[in-house]
Amino acid sequence: MNESHKQGRLGDWLFFNLTRLFAVITLAMLVGVVISLTWSAMPSIKEFGFGFLFSSEWNPPAERFGALVPMYGTVVTSVIALVIALPISFGIALFLTELSPAWLRRPLGIAIELLAGIPSIVYGIWGLLVFAPIFGQYVQPLIGGTLGQLPIIGGLFSGPSLGIGILAAGIILAIMIIPFITSVMRDVFELVPPMLKESCYGLGGTTWEVVWKVVLPYTRVGVIGGVMLGLGRALGETMAVTFVIGNASLLSNFSLFLPGNSITSALANEFAEASPGLYTSALVELGLILFLITFIVLSFSKLLLLSLEKQSGKS
Amino acid sequence: MMPVEKSLQQLVPQISIKNLNFYYGKAIALKNINLEIYKGHVTAFIGPSGCGKSTLLRTINRMYDLYPGQHADGDLIVDGKNILDKGVDTIELRAKVGMVFQKPTPFPMSIYDNIAFGVRMHEKLTRNQMDDRVEWALTKAALWNEVKDKLNAPGTGLSGGQQQRLCIARGVAVKPQVLLLDEPTSALDPISTMRIEELIHELKRDFTIAIVTHNMQQAARVSDYTAYMYLGELVEFGKTDEIFIKPQDKRTEDYITGRMG
Repeated sequence: MNESHKQGRLGDWLFFNLTRLFAVITLAMLVGVVISLTWSAMPSIKEFGFGFLFSSEWNPPAERFGALVPMYGTVVTSVIALVIALPISFGIALFLTELSPAWLRRPLGIAIELLAGIPSIVYGIWGLLVFAPIFGQYVQPLIGGTLGQLPIIGGLFSGPSLGIGILAAGIILAIMIIPFITSVMRDVFELVPPMLKESCYGLGGTTWEVVWKVVLPYTRVGVIGGVMLGLGRALGETMAVTFVIGNASLLSNFSLFLPGNSITSALANEFAEASPGLYTSALVELGLILFLITFIVLSFSKLLLLSLEKQSGKS
Repeated sequence: MMPVEKSLQQLVPQISIKNLNFYYGKAIALKNINLEIYKGHVTAFIGPSGCGKSTLLRTINRMYDLYPGQHADGDLIVDGKNILDKGVDTIELRAKVGMVFQKPTPFPMSIYDNIAFGVRMHEKLTRNQMDDRVEWALTKAALWNEVKDKLNAPGTGLSGGQQQRLCIARGVAVKPQVLLLDEPTSALDPISTMRIEELIHELKRDFTIAIVTHNMQQAARVSDYTAYMYLGELVEFGKTDEIFIKPQDKRTEDYITGRMG
């Protein structure tokens, strides 16, 4: 065994351990975050127990805290965002990969990527100053007059047209996550072997049949990944939501027109002024809950992917 | 008795190609192609890589439509219609002209659905009729015995040769008039290749077949007519026996005897 050989071995050993160290640090940080969040939230957890999750009371002077309103706001705005963004992103990705003339592909793709680069506070300001007034004046009365009149779901679209509120926050979030979901979808759609698509066209398939029956099943893992990326971002988005959600810790009915609060906006608004002790601890517990929600969503998507893979028999 | 029958058998052109040119953008890929593909026969296209044989095949079902910048002019008559005309319904055309590719391309679904998928796009069948059609197509593709007990298993789980026969069955199930085979055995082992070649012999009773192949022995084995192409031109076209035994053109002879390509 010569010298350079030995050196190479040492290099390999160093490299292996260095990369392993990086990987372990990630894991350690994750565990550290969970521990420190739980530690700081302990006073609140001890005081309110599981009741914290089901109480809609948020009264700092009386030191009575409950997470229901911000949890509701976070989940509902994210769901609205996903419901709006998913079909639109799918449409854009489909257009970009299958239908668009070649000269339009690049400019459109770049525009969408730029949209993802706009800082969220800009979306927030735009949402508050431009979008919300127009939304309140023209769109909300229209929705209230149509969807609001339906049985069952009508209640979701009733009440005063304030502009800002849960629905407005959901729509702003949708605009923000569209570029993410779109670019992931476009990337995975482009991975479909041309021959597979041609096989479907070759049988006399329409573009719709090709996309729906071949491209989507082939790329579903990637598509779900993209959706989860968007959902994760929607759940954690702070500034834009804080600007337009209205920041009211109220839950009098389920109308989406009403102002609400999300976990992130509650944290952003109140953390600076929270007195140490129970108030701060309750806010930290909110953060812990957000962490758990994200974790559950992620685990759920992994389970979904696993069962899909089992179904299609790929291993 | 056979020779008499053969001579009585009339040659009916299923596809007539006249003055066909094909362009990738500005680059010309097919120059003034003229030939006829006869009904119920196998026509093989041979030639070195890049000679335009796959391009010609992809013109017959207008597959090039999917890609901007590619276009063709001239006449390509299928079933009495010039399919290069603007208003041609490519969906209807592709139901009439099926295609099988270099590599097996099973759809990400079950074996049964792989077959039923194409049929559903064009016909409304009852469950029973569909079962029959799937069995018929798989039998035609000599795959039925191997998969009849696992029709609900994914098509991607089959071996390469089985997958390619699945793709042939999928094409056959739509009941096209013509089957285009674009190097159908180039990704397969010798035994699977042999099975597909046997299959081609069976299939020509019901379908007109055009096959592109790099393998000259394969062309000699499976085809009735052979077209030799070189640099986008049709150099020679004729009965396979004649092309392989006494080619008229020096370039064909060079290629067939292995001095080129």
